[in-house]
Amino acid sequence: MKIGVLLKQVPDTETKIKLKSGNKGFEEEGIKWIINPYDEFAVEEALKLKEKTGGGEVVIVTAGHPRAVESMRQALAMGADRGIRIDTTGAHLDIYSTSSLLASVVTEEKFDIVFAGKQAVDDDCAAVVQFVAEIAGIPHVSPIETFNINSDNKHAVVQRPLAGGTKEMVEIELPCVLGCEKGLNTPRYATLPGIMKAKSKPIAEKKASDILKGNGVNVSMLGWGLPPERTGGKKVDGEPEIVSEQLIKFLKEEAKVL
Amino acid sequence: MTNILIIGEHDNGKIKKYTFELAVRAAELAEKLGGSAFAVLIGENVKGVAAELGNYGIKKAFTAEGEAVKYYDSSSYSKIVCDIAAKENVSIILGSAAPLGKDLLPKIAARSKAGFTQDCIAADIESGKLKVKRPVFAGKALVEFVHEAPIQTATLRPNIFPFDARKTEIQVVDVQPDSAPAKTKVIETKQVEKGEIDVSEADIIVSGGRAVGSPDGFKMIFELAHAFKGAAVGASRAAVDAGYISHDHQVGQTGKTVNPKLYIACGISGASQHLAGMRTSKVIVAINKDPEAPIFTKADFGIVGDIFKVVPALTEKLKREVS
Repeated sequence: MKIGVLLKQVPDTETKIKLKSGNKGFEEEGIKWIINPYDEFAVEEALKLKEKTGGGEVVIVTAGHPRAVESMRQALAMGADRGIRIDTTGAHLDIYSTSSLLASVVTEEKFDIVFAGKQAVDDDCAAVVQFVAEIAGIPHVSPIETFNINSDNKHAVVQRPLAGGTKEMVEIELPCVLGCEKGLNTPRYATLPGIMKAKSKPIAEKKASDILKGNGVNVSMLGWGLPPERTGGKKVDGEPEIVSEQLIKFLKEEAKVL
Repeated sequence: MTNILIIGEHDNGKIKKYTFELAVRAAELAEKLGGSAFAVLIGENVKGVAAELGNYGIKKAFTAEGEAVKYYDSSSYSKIVCDIAAKENVSIILGSAAPLGKDLLPKIAARSKAGFTQDCIAADIESGKLKVKRPVFAGKALVEFVHEAPIQTATLRPNIFPFDARKTEIQVVDVQPDSAPAKTKVIETKQVEKGEIDVSEADIIVSGGRAVGSPDGFKMIFELAHAFKGAAVGASRAAVDAGYISHDHQVGQTGKTVNPKLYIACGISGASQHLAGMRTSKVIVAINKDPEAPIFTKADFGIVGDIFKVVPALTEKLKREVS
């Protein structure tokens, strides 16, 4: 099976976000870059599927800057076979255009199935899975909590969460795009031999401008701001009965939420 | 002059509160466009309740019922919505940032080659186009966007906009869904927990952290939530990873983002990733043994104490309050 994985490099989740002067973005100096945590579940599920179906390849597809290669190498070190990076340096993009880039590779490579993280932890859009699937003309389900391929390798059954603890089991036709949720699997660590082998696995490069051919964006960024700071209020200690009384009084009279 | 279309959500015919909130917001925005706000409700038992949306500013409600749309499917649902939008001179399509909306709106947007912004906390009209503000980096920053395409789509975060009833004369129109073969099929639904409110829909959330110590320990958290009547139970990542409660309850950067009017954090230290998921709660209360726990710097009311003593005491007092 030819398995595609959409991978994004993002700032580490501990990063303290500082705004650039002019408020048009955030300071990238000194940031630690990582594989988008949800994409790790995608890489792992792809590797498990390749192992289960006994052959084929796992291809990492990334739309990003040259520094994204480092994160792609980590996925290759986990066991993926090769990568394709669409260079987006200098490109002005939004969800539609980024997804068009990824979808063009999905179509060109004729993947049997595509795994991606359900969302990226930098922009939190949770939309690329849906856009890529629609543009590539294939179905999707996102997020998925379990994945099982049918014996015909042409359908899979996935678990999708709804509100209030309800789960739906969905049967989906391949090819398709699946958005991976935390808990789908436990991503493996790269081994030392894996890291060494990754150094020579091929990463092909394409250019965003070649694929997009000057199409504009549908959404423009106006500016960045910081959220209002919350500060601590009252703090009490003492007998459980007393502090409970105090809390209920506060909730009724001051906070007015009771 | 163009119109706005909202995707209404419901639970087997019971319209969600956040759909009414969305309707009122859409009606306000439609006024600025010189147009009207419409709604679409898809699924079982929607024909009989659609008129309720007339109390919240909706002039026309479209309903689609039938076997083909009994379960959510992004392809068939998006076709219904896009067909209506095309016929009704709609330039803005809005949904709620809840499980269904967050999946359906991007599909609609891609299908319509439209602009899309997810989980917006502010929405307005500028030069006839949708302008929004949305959180990024789990709420560490807020970014303002303006839409440029002829069709603009977005999901709005629930529990953001206070709303009052807005009585409007409403017309309900039933549409026939296509019965085209689908590439995805729901083969089974499972109810993993019975009768509990989802954290993302609750007005009040009582959350437990790793200090709760065990799945059994969460019983007192559930009891306190039930004492509030209509509260949901949340959890920190540490509690979920330790196996005390399922991931569905996780609040935080790799869990759900919630926006209740009251959030009570029991035995939660207040790591930034947890804060990311609940920092916009109207009121935050923290109960923790450690007076230096970071959560106290963000809580409007903090109790330094043993959760195993304070939570039951609070539950008792509350039960007597409400009765």
